[in-house]
Amino acid sequence: MDQDCILMSHGAGGLKTYQLIKEIFHKHFANPILAQELDASLFPSAPGRWAMTTDSFVVKPLFFPGGDIGKLSVCGTVNDLAVSGAKPLYLTSSFIMEEGFPLIDLEKIVASMAHTAREAGIQIVAGDTKVVEKGSGDGIFITTTGLGLVPGEIDYSPQHMRPGDKVIISGPLGQHGLTIMAARGSLPVSTSLVSDCACLHELLNPLHSPEIRCMRDPTRGGLATTLNELALQSGLGFLLEEGAIPRDPAVEGLADLLGLDSLYLANEGKAVVIASPQAAPRVLAQLRNHPLGRQASLIGEVTGETPGQVLLQTDLGTKRVLRMPAGELLPRIC
Amino acid sequence: MPGKVKTIGDLIRGIKEKARPLRFMEVCGTHTMAIAKYGLRQLLPAEIELLSGPGCPVCVTSQSDIDLALELAGRPGVTLFTFGDMLRVPGASGSLETIRARGANVIICYSALECLQYAVNHPQEEIVFLGVGFETTAPTVAVAIEQALAHKVNNFSVLSFHKRVVPALQALVSGGNTAIDGFLLPGHVSSILGQEPYEFLAREYNKACVITGFTAEDILLGILMLLSQVENKSYRVEIQYKRGVNPEGNPQALAYLAKYFTPVETTWRGLGAIPESGLGLAEAYKDFDAFRRFSLQLGRKEIPTACSCGEILKGLKKPVECVLFAKQCTPLEPVGPCMVSSEGSCAASFYYGR
Repeated sequence: MDQDCILMSHGAGGLKTYQLIKEIFHKHFANPILAQELDASLFPSAPGRWAMTTDSFVVKPLFFPGGDIGKLSVCGTVNDLAVSGAKPLYLTSSFIMEEGFPLIDLEKIVASMAHTAREAGIQIVAGDTKVVEKGSGDGIFITTTGLGLVPGEIDYSPQHMRPGDKVIISGPLGQHGLTIMAARGSLPVSTSLVSDCACLHELLNPLHSPEIRCMRDPTRGGLATTLNELALQSGLGFLLEEGAIPRDPAVEGLADLLGLDSLYLANEGKAVVIASPQAAPRVLAQLRNHPLGRQASLIGEVTGETPGQVLLQTDLGTKRVLRMPAGELLPRIC
Repeated sequence: MPGKVKTIGDLIRGIKEKARPLRFMEVCGTHTMAIAKYGLRQLLPAEIELLSGPGCPVCVTSQSDIDLALELAGRPGVTLFTFGDMLRVPGASGSLETIRARGANVIICYSALECLQYAVNHPQEEIVFLGVGFETTAPTVAVAIEQALAHKVNNFSVLSFHKRVVPALQALVSGGNTAIDGFLLPGHVSSILGQEPYEFLAREYNKACVITGFTAEDILLGILMLLSQVENKSYRVEIQYKRGVNPEGNPQALAYLAKYFTPVETTWRGLGAIPESGLGLAEAYKDFDAFRRFSLQLGRKEIPTACSCGEILKGLKKPVECVLFAKQCTPLEPVGPCMVSSEGSCAASFYYGR
């Protein structure tokens, strides 16, 4: 293309829009369904129940150690499908771009989405682009919608949890949240942290069984927030063992310095699995067998004694309540 | 003595042996959060009472200072930067969060340097950094002013609400209405100030003093050291947090403070006006002083609320003794700053204490 950045005319629906779609989006996302170029993509149906989810991505910076907004927009939606028990199949993507956004960055983001989708075995089958005036956006926003198929017997809803069920986490927490904070360049430290951004369906799909009560990916708000949501939805409580929670020393060191708690930091490649006591050892072994679950750990259990609450048994033998956070996480200023 | 102590169990046994009715104040907000987070009160004997002091910079920012920031942020052409915790602290007429929603330019940042970079990129706007914090934070603001001067950035200024810890402690102990037997002195601030500025607490007021770190072991050992001082009636300033604090402090940071700031009287929420307890910009850097640049006038009247943050900061009340606590005042709908700040004693009690 002649220009090196997004112009208002790229969003006007004329030749420039067509050129942008052909030369960037279709070039990277190429697949037979997208190639139909219809107003709505047609795809074959399949037996089972459909799962559908949608998510918008507004991360800053757009490129960070371990990923970028494109990879994130695929992994985030794939993971929402995976923890619902679905095999991810189709994705749509909608782009809102700010006038002046460098085309070289757009192409990098689109290529990264295409690469992540290919690796995940999911097809990007429809999309949309809009351009907003300079100053009205923040570079680029991406919304993805995912469709996946759920096998007949699977139903991972919090209502299936029972007291005594085990809580398993697939690895150490907080890598994504802290990497993003550090990558903004505003922290008084430099780090070698890398986001855990990854698609989890290959880790989670093989676990499927009625003995799995529930699964979630602890993204914004981290593990503490996710478990609080499950506690509120189920009317049950959780008791976690602080010492059993896997830790990333680099995350813990920096979080400690900044006055942050890794249990509240965002993750983009971790899953929390609630399994029956009988199934828990098998689930743990299966998770540890996969590269994304090497450090999986059984960190606590569901209880009926503290409805709606998440309690942490500390290494000191004290107990504290892990509450839902009231706002965004902020480094201390003291 | 500390060398012999190895485990948490040893520390707790040691504390129980020496325990008697005593009131210790942790000055620093990070201590308050750590004590709550580790559940240390559950481990301590009931006779030892821990009080939260005025060491959270957000909590001690006065209502009138917030109102001043609201007035400035509402002016056309002004973009105000501040730390996220400041956003929801209520003034008399709202908060920075509410005026941002109504169209004022208020941006959250993590450092003054981030704000300076924005000023370089937006030369047509007046960029103001609203600075809160103690001697730990102020040197980083001095570095931003140094760079602004070096790069001739003339649309950047600082609204300095920075405060000095030692005059606040002086006001607390000389006020006479707070029975405090000893202080867990702040680790981060002391890494800048060193040991000497606190000596008057031991010398003139017979207060036990230990500069303490932030792990459970640090805090328990700090308490044990305070108990030993009280037991032996040998009051002095000890450094438990030796890995973070040199007795002479950080000379480079102190030099920045001395060069770019000057002590001024300022009003603390709950403690009132305290002479020389604020850090105003030094005369040589008046061009970067938002007070002068925008002809701001201090001294608006505080509008009283039923919030007990003032008494809590003085160690006269515990958060749960405030009539608003966890009812009208929660982290989602805070009435007072101690419930807003991530280092506030009310927020600590709300999240961890009940």
